[in-house]
Amino acid sequence: MITVRQISKRYGPTVALEDVSLEVAPGTTHVLLGSSGSGKSTLLRVVLGLVAADQGEVRIDGVAVTPRARGHLLGRVGYVVQEGGLYPHLTVRGNVSLPAEALGWARERTAERVRTLAELTGFDEAMLRRYPAELSGGQRQRVGLMRALVLDPPLLLLDEPLGALDPIVRADLQAELRRLFDALGKTVLLVTHDVREAVLFGSTITLLRAGRIVQQGPFADLARKPAEPFVTEFLGAQAPPPELRAYF
Amino acid sequence: MRMRIVALVLVVLAPAVAGTGPAWAESVVRVGSKSFTESYVVAEIAAQVIEAAGLARVERRVGLGGTGIAYRAVAHGSIDVYPEYTGTISRAILKDPSLTSLDAIRAGLRAHGLTISDPLGFENTYALAVRTDTAERLKLRGISDLARHPELTGAFTSGFLERDDGWPGLRRAYGLALASVRTIEHALAYQALATSTVDVIDVFSTDGRLTRARATVLRDDRRFFPVYAAVLLARLDFVEHQPRAWAALEQALVGRMDGATMTRLNALADLDGQSARQVAARYLGRQVTRAEERARLVHELGTLTLEHLGLVIAAVLLAVAAGVPLGILAVRSATIGQAELMAVGVLQTIPALALLCFMIPLLGIGTLPALVALCLYALLPIVRGTSTGLATLDRQLLEIADVCGLAGWRRLARIELPLASVNILAGIKTAAIWTVGTATLAAFIGGGGYGTLIVRGLALDDVTTILAGAIPAALMALLFHGLFELVDRLLIPRGLRLVMARPR
Repeated sequence: MITVRQISKRYGPTVALEDVSLEVAPGTTHVLLGSSGSGKSTLLRVVLGLVAADQGEVRIDGVAVTPRARGHLLGRVGYVVQEGGLYPHLTVRGNVSLPAEALGWARERTAERVRTLAELTGFDEAMLRRYPAELSGGQRQRVGLMRALVLDPPLLLLDEPLGALDPIVRADLQAELRRLFDALGKTVLLVTHDVREAVLFGSTITLLRAGRIVQQGPFADLARKPAEPFVTEFLGAQAPPPELRAYF
Repeated sequence: MRMRIVALVLVVLAPAVAGTGPAWAESVVRVGSKSFTESYVVAEIAAQVIEAAGLARVERRVGLGGTGIAYRAVAHGSIDVYPEYTGTISRAILKDPSLTSLDAIRAGLRAHGLTISDPLGFENTYALAVRTDTAERLKLRGISDLARHPELTGAFTSGFLERDDGWPGLRRAYGLALASVRTIEHALAYQALATSTVDVIDVFSTDGRLTRARATVLRDDRRFFPVYAAVLLARLDFVEHQPRAWAALEQALVGRMDGATMTRLNALADLDGQSARQVAARYLGRQVTRAEERARLVHELGTLTLEHLGLVIAAVLLAVAAGVPLGILAVRSATIGQAELMAVGVLQTIPALALLCFMIPLLGIGTLPALVALCLYALLPIVRGTSTGLATLDRQLLEIADVCGLAGWRRLARIELPLASVNILAGIKTAAIWTVGTATLAAFIGGGGYGTLIVRGLALDDVTTILAGAIPAALMALLFHGLFELVDRLLIPRGLRLVMARPR
């Protein structure tokens, strides 16, 4: 359960977030949608306790999170970023094992867990020995996901997890992720600029513009009952052109 | 691994530290010299006299870079004895030119725990020289005779022309007037004299070239030039604790070496390319064969290589041990970082020789001060490499480490240092290659290494000897370059090397 209450954050005169509130119920996926600079990544980092908010509060399972008090997030939150955010000096296994290693897990327990995740994402033993530089973009993204899942956290925070991939790989991974989230029953907060991705993942969508919430609700509401013309404009800008639509 | 590095540092440092005890405790005499031919030769004669008497082992700490360094070395007990001149002692060391008598100089030195021998016989002063045929034709014996010949021309070195104890004072004292006086480079003066371009030049009275130039030194018959009589400058505790060694030196040297003898010995070294050892042995009535000399040179080169390598490795290891933590600290706090980089930068601007000189009162001469100075010089690239490497890391990767629960030292060791390893190693590599070069300066304070040959070659104007030091030093720099390719392979994580090798 993630609760964000009236968060505001400024960088000098620039408003990054203004009075943002949202709630992610256990087992659901909430999508933060917006173009770059809308504040969606900042919000994610506030939720993780990496950035201090000027006002408002974040609670995870009822406990407040700040940069000084985020110890309770250890093992409860998995974090995935664009391109995987992998450490180039560690192998796939090294990257995936890192959170377990940090918590002092026994070697066998870690190895067992990595094996399970590798099966889930289709990595074999040889692939686990590779370095990030030897992987494709999609593979790197999967490794980032495995690392976020290694401690089996109830919460997943994903920042443009598929942003850097080419369209076909992206569509495949979207479907794969969707299946995974459903199967594992995770509580997910996902940041994206991609409307298609938002529709695919989000039971609830929060559309942000310049740090403020424009509209919050299921996609159907955003599409049919836009709060302002901007909502329609944003959704429409990413819709396929009519010529293309005729073929599908 | 860490233990092995500590052991290596200890092994390299041990001789330096062990070598700083009082010399007489183990019956060792440390003979020093300054870095010019005459000083090398007299010091070597002194060394061979002590060795021949079988009284003590001799340590040669020759080629010290100037009066300041040699004097500090003897005053602080890093050497026991070295050849010096009375005029230099009263002017440059005791800072009182009025001290001329031996007793007055001895009294002045006593306060510093030092004394001098009686004069060895020769003086090394400014003097005027004319061609021998000119001297005979015009019956020139003393400088005062020049006053009768205003038609003669002179060419003097710029120092001599300007100093009050040079030409200006001399002209007044003797009432001299020459037809023309111009400036000339010391190196060209003898040739100008030989080709009759000029009639009178200034020389040092024991210059070896006087023997070949068919030149005659004019007597300073009005005693205008300060007396620079050669003596042995020694520590009182050495004289008191090793009276037999001191007596042997006095007996063999005092009053035995006149100006003509010293000039001849200087000529053997400067003009005939003989080593100080060969010249000294010849003076003492022994012969050193070429084969012996060559064998000794090879042996010496081996010793110098080990010394040089030891200095570089120990200095760089110490600099890494200090520089990497300093670089880490610089990233943690902007204020400390600024102050630190400034301090390390300022260190870099101190001329190496001056820094070595500052070290003497603190650490004496020899390996230890050289090591400390080299280490200080090696700091800048290492601190910079480390701080730059750490400061330019991808912030997102650091945040992810935080989220994974890796914080503080664990994040540093597991994530930050490996990621910054390319920059850190580049800094260390630069430092190591610099140090190979800078370490040649260690010779000026008796720190050994290839610089010993370079300093000696410069003093003897002997290009072969200079190259014998400079070429191995250059080769060692190349060796370190190659070595670091290997170190890079070992220490830069494979995954990072893959990233660097990937085409962009």
